Amino acid sequence: MTPETDTYLPPSDELSAPWWDATREHRLLLQQCTACGHRQHHPRYVCTRCGATDLGWTPSAGNGVVDTFTVVHRAPRAGVETPYLVARVRLDEGPVLLTNLVEVEPRDDAVSIGTRVTLSWRDLPDGRALPVFAPEGDA
Amino acid sequence: MTGIALVGAAECDLGKTGRSVLELQVQAVTRALADAGLTLADVDGLATNAVGRFSTTELADQVGLRPAWVDSSFVGGSAFEAYVARAAQAITAGQASVVVVSFASNQRSAKSRSLGGLLEDHLPAAQFETPYAPLYPLSYYAMAAQAYLHRYGLGREHLAHVAVSARDWALRNPKAFRYGAGPLTVDDVLGSDMVSSPLTVADCCLVTDGGGAVVVTSLERARDLAKPAVRLLGYGECTDHTNMSTLDDVLDVGAARAGRAAFARAGLTPADVDVAQVYDSFTITPLLSLEALGLAEPGQAGVLAALGEFGPGGSRPLNTAGGGLSYCHPGQYGVLLLVEAVRQLRGECGDRQVAGAEVALAHGTGGILSHHATVLLGVDR
Ligand SMILES: [Zn+2]
Repeated sequence: MTPETDTYLPPSDELSAPWWDATREHRLLLQQCTACGHRQHHPRYVCTRCGATDLGWTPSAGNGVVDTFTVVHRAPRAGVETPYLVARVRLDEGPVLLTNLVEVEPRDDAVSIGTRVTLSWRDLPDGRALPVFAPEGDA
Repeated sequence: MTGIALVGAAECDLGKTGRSVLELQVQAVTRALADAGLTLADVDGLATNAVGRFSTTELADQVGLRPAWVDSSFVGGSAFEAYVARAAQAITAGQASVVVVSFASNQRSAKSRSLGGLLEDHLPAAQFETPYAPLYPLSYYAMAAQAYLHRYGLGREHLAHVAVSARDWALRNPKAFRYGAGPLTVDDVLGSDMVSSPLTVADCCLVTDGGGAVVVTSLERARDLAKPAVRLLGYGECTDHTNMSTLDDVLDVGAARAGRAAFARAGLTPADVDVAQVYDSFTITPLLSLEALGLAEPGQAGVLAALGEFGPGGSRPLNTAGGGLSYCHPGQYGVLLLVEAVRQLRGECGDRQVAGAEVALAHGTGGILSHHATVLLGVDR
């Protein structure tokens, strides 16, 4: 649960611009290889499965499981209030995202590996949004 | 087997030194050469990093050398095990005859370490990781630890025992940062401030100044020097992910590939290792590495830790200088793994000497389990 007071604004670039634009409408995209169908995150200039460089985008349904997690008790920068949950979430489509878990107490016993989670959004001040995840059925 | 040997090993000043990186580098280089019975005039190869943007030229200029071969691969704390492999290849190929592998940092004096790591705006992590505020590299190791404990049904106390054993070794090493600190208990570790669960402050390596150097040359030349040669038996490495979401399974540790290559080259098996120096950036790191290297069965390294097998008197002596956890961690600790391995094989370790040690393993880990490099060393028989 990284708080509203965090002023970090992620950069974007020509490769990731469509991904970030979709977040303005709270849509989570995954990069998909037009040659072999492989889906990957974060966006890259090449398919890590087949080496093709012609890549498109496909929407994610936003459901997955907690792959692993940590409760962070010391902030890496000013403006981040502790504690908060950082997790790897494995989407049902396959790719893994680094994210925050929200709408759950930032305690080790409040979440487990394998917990089903669903997509939520944290709006950024410039109109973009960060995909974060909450335990299923809790929202 | 290789026809290569390590002939010198030394630390620069450790702890909180108030000295510059270049001064500590010069200490490391000149002390290791003195240990080998060689001088700067003998050196024609240099491997180091983190001096500046052009690390090897800066160090060569500082010590007045014009080396025929250099390497400054920047892969994290495992670079030095990789440098030994590259030095061996350069010496075998005839490009160099005496190579110094060195490192030094003054990070404690300079207060240059940051919990968030160093942000490079143009790389993917700035967009897809930094917004979520993981500690770098700590939170990745924490997530690997969480997965490890969950998969094998172990607890935080299994991690804690790694720190306890490291402290027990450090109490026998006058150069260790925690030498006079007294023993550490499992409860001490469990009760320390949580940083990134399940890892507490006591599960994390020290932040100190320090470094060291080793001297690499041909076995033939090594046998003419005063001290007994330490043979380079094998080496291997693996470069892996650098983003926290890349690896499909956080417990698929690249050390397995590095270790397989090293043992195959040496014609040895994990059972042949008498003493292991395995990078302990965090308590979880050596557990994952030992299992990947084949020195413990999957899920068993934590159990062995809890039985005290890694400490003094245990069946699998690990990080006998006290490790990054209790001896010294200058940011890239890998060179000190080599220094201790050489000393153990020469029988120079006093109170912490592993009796009859003939084969030593030094295994470095860089980044967030991003680079793995294994070196196998043995006495010259
Ligand atoms: Zn493809």
